[in-house]
Amino acid sequence: MTPPNRPTTRPAQPAVHLVDVNMRFHTRAGDTTALTDINLSIAPGEFVSLIGPSGCGKSTLLRIVGDLIKPTSGLVEVNGKSAHQARVGREYGMVFQAPVLFDWRNVEANVRLPLELMGMERRRREARVKEMLELVELGSFMRHYPHQLSGGMQQRVAIARALALEPTLLLMDEPFGALDEMTRERLNAEVLRIWQQTGTTVIFVTHSIPEAVFLSTRVAVMTPRPGRIINVIETDLPQPRNEATRESERYFEKVTEVRESLRGRRADKTATKGSSEDRLRAEGPVG
Amino acid sequence: MRYLPALIVFAVVIVLWEMSTAGIGRRVIPPPSAIVNAGLDNLESLRRSAQATAFEALGGLVIGTLGGMLVAFASSRWVTARDVLLPVAIATSAIPIIAVAPILNNWFGVLNPLSKMMMAALLVFFPVMINVTRGLVEVQPASIELMRSYAAGEMAVLRKVRIPNMLPFLFTALKVGATLAFIGALVGEYFGGTSEVLGQFVLTSMSSGRFDLAWAGILIGAVAAIVAYLSVSIIERIAIPWHASVRAE
Repeated sequence: MTPPNRPTTRPAQPAVHLVDVNMRFHTRAGDTTALTDINLSIAPGEFVSLIGPSGCGKSTLLRIVGDLIKPTSGLVEVNGKSAHQARVGREYGMVFQAPVLFDWRNVEANVRLPLELMGMERRRREARVKEMLELVELGSFMRHYPHQLSGGMQQRVAIARALALEPTLLLMDEPFGALDEMTRERLNAEVLRIWQQTGTTVIFVTHSIPEAVFLSTRVAVMTPRPGRIINVIETDLPQPRNEATRESERYFEKVTEVRESLRGRRADKTATKGSSEDRLRAEGPVG
Repeated sequence: MRYLPALIVFAVVIVLWEMSTAGIGRRVIPPPSAIVNAGLDNLESLRRSAQATAFEALGGLVIGTLGGMLVAFASSRWVTARDVLLPVAIATSAIPIIAVAPILNNWFGVLNPLSKMMMAALLVFFPVMINVTRGLVEVQPASIELMRSYAAGEMAVLRKVRIPNMLPFLFTALKVGATLAFIGALVGEYFGGTSEVLGQFVLTSMSSGRFDLAWAGILIGAVAAIVAYLSVSIIERIAIPWHASVRAE
């Protein structure tokens, strides 16, 4: 599960461990089951995508891992601790669909925010902000205000901010959903490069199949009503991935596999007998 | 040059006014030239009056702003405070301001400028309280989530999100409040007090039949209020250059 090119520091302990997680919302209209029986274990350094249609609870699941909402029942562990302990210990970096930059802070000050909150002293802070902005290739935009940047640049600032605390776990909630396809592909490559460089664990929520396959080491396929993980597909494309990856045979196979899995529960490992599935099996081990 | 059309309209109105009042009605509606002349003849007295009124208005602006912000901070922080303070605060805005002027004069001393400041403060209080409350409360929910993901406490959220978010709202209220403060101070002055203030200047000019001088007093009051408004705008530009309302077009 860990990519072959990176050493795992604590192989025994998963970065994220979810056991029988359930989530029900109480509303005036009645109870809604958002998530049922979620079981998922993510090793340190993995890049796992949660994919599924709107309403399948993928963002809810991300927020449960990030301790922004409490599950109705079930166990949520992050690096062997409770999600709450992990949040208080500032082990998370979060990137939302909107960049959520503060208008009154320039790029530099926005990235500095988490460092201020943890009380890092000024000189180290400045060095760290500079390093982060160079990582997302925005070093020359330190003094710009958010309204002076394009949507893609704003989201890169948000990524730099999320990485500033060197989080062991990066949670990304459809970060590129609002961007055009070209920008999205460029930022996908950038996220992969950052992931390689930092070695952080990533959970990435998306409803783009190509994005999920290109980025992930594993793709968790979710369906709605009630929200559940119906399949976890290992996307064992060679690392490091680049533009050639997007054109490789194996990539298309994986895209097809995820798509079919999304289309119906039939596409589940054991249940399917479809012709394209047979073709996949003939070409190598799947899932 | 953005203001050129406005200046032209203003000039045309002045010219028409001057021409139409050249004949009859000279005493009740004096032509602009007469007003300016009367003002220049009594410049020293006008200056002292305007200065005293501006002092009262600015004092009222400060008191009203502090009061409004205090209530806004309390009611945005504690639900009980909101339930107790908000109805009272809204009730104060329903008070007919002219009716309380004599009472405030009585409470704070008719000769004490504080009585006029309180009149101004009463008018300034409400817009400041409403706007600052909105600025503190209407924060992007995602901003709060972001802060929570960093395990930030209520104080950090207040300092780093709510207060900066509130500043544009505060300046909007201050711009309204700057002109309201002059109205409050003048109304207070009409109900008695020291003689060297704009309100009394207008009243005594009128009672002695000097309408040109009365108009000069009113004009100076308007100019002072506009100067106060523009000063707030300039401070706003310096304080929140990042905000959409202030960015260079």
